[in-house]
Amino acid sequence: MPALHELTDDALVGRLQRGAFDYFSRYTNAENGLTADTSRIGSPCSIAVVGFALSCYPVAVEHGWISRGDAALRALKTLRFFWRSSQSEAPDATGYRGFYYHFLQMQTGRRVWQCELSLIDTTLLMAGIITAGCYFDGPGGESEIRSLSDALYRRVDWQWAQNGLVTVSQGWKPECGFLHYGWEGYNEATLVYVLGIGSPTHPLAAASFKGWTSTYQWQNLLGHNVLYSGPLFTHLFSHAWIDYRGIQDEFMREKRSDYFQNTRSTVAIHREYGARNPREYEGYSRDFWGVTAGDGPGNGEMRKNSRDRRSFGYMSRGVPYGPDDGTIAPWAMLATLPFDAPAALRGTRDLLQAYPQVCTDDRFSSGFNPTLNISGGGWLSNGWYGLDQGLLVMMIENHRSDLLWSLTRQCPAIRAGLLGAGFTGGWL
Amino acid sequence: MSESTAERMSDHLTREALLHRVHPPDWKNPVPQARYDLVVLGGGPAGVAAAELARRLGRSVALVERHQLGGNSLNVGSIPSKAIIRAAGRLVSMRDDEDYGAVAFARPATDFGVVMARMRRVRSRIAEYHSAERLQALGIDLFFGDARFDSSTVLAGDTRLHFNKALIATGARPRASEISGLESVGYLTNDSIFELTELPKRLGVIGGGPLGCELAQAFCRLGSQVSIVQNEPAFLPREERDAAELLSMSMARDGVEIRLNTTVVGARREGDTKWLDLVSDDARYSIPVDEILLSAGRTPNVEELSLESAGIAFEPLAGIEVDEYLRTTNVDVYAAGDVCQDHHFTHIATACAQLAVHNAFGAQLEPPSHMLGPWCTYCDPEIAHIGMHMHECHRQATPVTCYTVMMQDVDRAITDGDDDGFVKIFVQDGTDTILGATIVATRASELINEMSVIMAANIGMRQLATILHTYPTQSDAIRMAALAYMNDQPIPR
Repeated sequence: MPALHELTDDALVGRLQRGAFDYFSRYTNAENGLTADTSRIGSPCSIAVVGFALSCYPVAVEHGWISRGDAALRALKTLRFFWRSSQSEAPDATGYRGFYYHFLQMQTGRRVWQCELSLIDTTLLMAGIITAGCYFDGPGGESEIRSLSDALYRRVDWQWAQNGLVTVSQGWKPECGFLHYGWEGYNEATLVYVLGIGSPTHPLAAASFKGWTSTYQWQNLLGHNVLYSGPLFTHLFSHAWIDYRGIQDEFMREKRSDYFQNTRSTVAIHREYGARNPREYEGYSRDFWGVTAGDGPGNGEMRKNSRDRRSFGYMSRGVPYGPDDGTIAPWAMLATLPFDAPAALRGTRDLLQAYPQVCTDDRFSSGFNPTLNISGGGWLSNGWYGLDQGLLVMMIENHRSDLLWSLTRQCPAIRAGLLGAGFTGGWL
Repeated sequence: MSESTAERMSDHLTREALLHRVHPPDWKNPVPQARYDLVVLGGGPAGVAAAELARRLGRSVALVERHQLGGNSLNVGSIPSKAIIRAAGRLVSMRDDEDYGAVAFARPATDFGVVMARMRRVRSRIAEYHSAERLQALGIDLFFGDARFDSSTVLAGDTRLHFNKALIATGARPRASEISGLESVGYLTNDSIFELTELPKRLGVIGGGPLGCELAQAFCRLGSQVSIVQNEPAFLPREERDAAELLSMSMARDGVEIRLNTTVVGARREGDTKWLDLVSDDARYSIPVDEILLSAGRTPNVEELSLESAGIAFEPLAGIEVDEYLRTTNVDVYAAGDVCQDHHFTHIATACAQLAVHNAFGAQLEPPSHMLGPWCTYCDPEIAHIGMHMHECHRQATPVTCYTVMMQDVDRAITDGDDDGFVKIFVQDGTDTILGATIVATRASELINEMSVIMAANIGMRQLATILHTYPTQSDAIRMAALAYMNDQPIPR
């Protein structure tokens, strides 16, 4: 097999997309459809990763990596598990009020780590469930996928998650009730509000979206106008499912922009930040960027060249305000392919050329820090994270064929959610 | 005489000098005049500023102070905290000396006694500017004693003072805690922390307000192991989010443990160790500390003023009710400062007290709402703000763009090695009108004053972009933000 750097752009992208997809084949429990959060031994299932897996099966079918029947069976097992698993206030249930706990045991599907009933992770799961319902439009098992998809989405009690407030809470625990954290400022939560407002059974009011967008900051930052959010993934997650090109909510109409253009501007800011490299990190340049959420070295004590060189473990990193410890997510540049393909490809190629160790088995690791000179090659996260792989598969596909965007443009829940949130124009 | 004996003697003299200025031990209250134009209750910065202004306007003035002139700001607030912050900052600079080419012989250590002695010298020196002697020389009748209203008069101790107008500026005190066991284990507030003689090895700070954060970072830098525990899920919830998060990262780098969304449910003692029992969502745990600093808000000093007898409405927690002109429900009595206002800042209290004097004796009433009240949290980096926040603009449906310059892109900040922070200027869309600004920088408290002048003079972004700034300076970041605005304008065809 040729080395990655020897491939043409199309061949490179195709191979990396296939490599990323294979994560789901390797790390999904075939019995219940639960996918592991990471490739590390003992990793529990992350429901968000399951949402990505469900969204990636159609991609695999279209490319012939798995058969449609196989994909439908995987989806069906997954949806059956979530429909039949326990929904109650019991501390080891799988979910409650239609929402699900963030992390589940891979075999039993029970809650682990006393984790939270998670709004954003349930949303990502539901986005996958809805995608499966849209894609599998055939008879038999595919019919059951559609009915389960509809039933699971209808069961989510979005209004309950408001806890009497205008906006939604980030989560709930049976031990203490609602968490006190909400979302402030732009981030990946757009999808929460779109699916919440689009619900035919327990819809969020449009005012909830307005309440959240009132915390937005429109900034002129490093020479670009942008709806600011530091971590790159926040400009990508909801875009994996929703085609924001040409559609605008009230905020974006006022700013004469849209969320797609906003991610383009964000890419430009991340590249500009890489070029300026204010913290003098190894490797950073206009074509070495991708500061986002991901695994990190977690080195507690280090100074070098008048600089604090301490680093964080897994955390959400961002630019230009930070935190930035010199760790990038190697997959992140390629995930911006639909927004700035030349930049995404140039950065990815440069990265693979200079640091080929960031990609093993054609899959990118979660974090890489070349400033920390460990064994001569920089610090590298061990194994792979499912979120990274799923996002990459979807973003590459949206660039290559529009597949997921085409599916969701026809999806009643997403259309209703966008319209209810005040989006107009373009394909809406 | 040994060196340490000499130091102790010097410190003793400093304490005496301070007392001589803020409450002379041999002070005798004057014989009161038959009636005063103005009687001021409270000799803090607001009360003293009001009394001085009224005298300069030719009014007869009596000032009543219960304890010491200078109020919280001089004695237990702004001044002593900044002196300690400065000492802590110097220590951190010395630790980084090697990075700038200075060869360090040993890791610098803290002599806490010297830090506190310097703080007392600073306090004593500043006290001179508003000393009892100076107030007396201005012609202000200064009374030491408890003040309270008795119908249309004020009693200063046993002395009855008749007035045409009165101003209440009695300030506020640390809010008492209802945490179980805290009273019995003992705790510090800003009223008592400046009397410490030894640096606590472990300091637990309850409440994440500005003063709590300032002292937490300073004590951490001096060598204490510090934990901040606060109920709120967001760090410094009143500050701009990026500013608060940047400071939070800086404090974490210093070693301050910040426990957000965490409630102290109890305090207890085991041997020499105090334990704080904490709850965060579903987690319950305890942390050991040697001292506890309670910094969980302030309570206005209203209870002992017999306000009811003068028909002055108040709420025990919110303070005295005032109208837009700082008048109480008794039209002859005004109030200013922490006793009636949300923003507990010396400069705002002082300005409002002076405005109240003008309103009391001037031809026209003027509200303080037109005042641009900049404020600062004096951590490292400092956070300073003026005018509107972005969320306030959204609430008023005013479209706004924030022009941001990162300090890491400002040449002087880079040469200084002080490049953590930013300048954000909030500009109304379609105009060049500045609605507010937030600055995070090592000396944001100084930089924000330029924004204060700019906004008071109604200078817009276009004009600001043309105003020369010396180069290289950190304040050039303000002009750079205006240049970013200019670059964002359409190019004329």
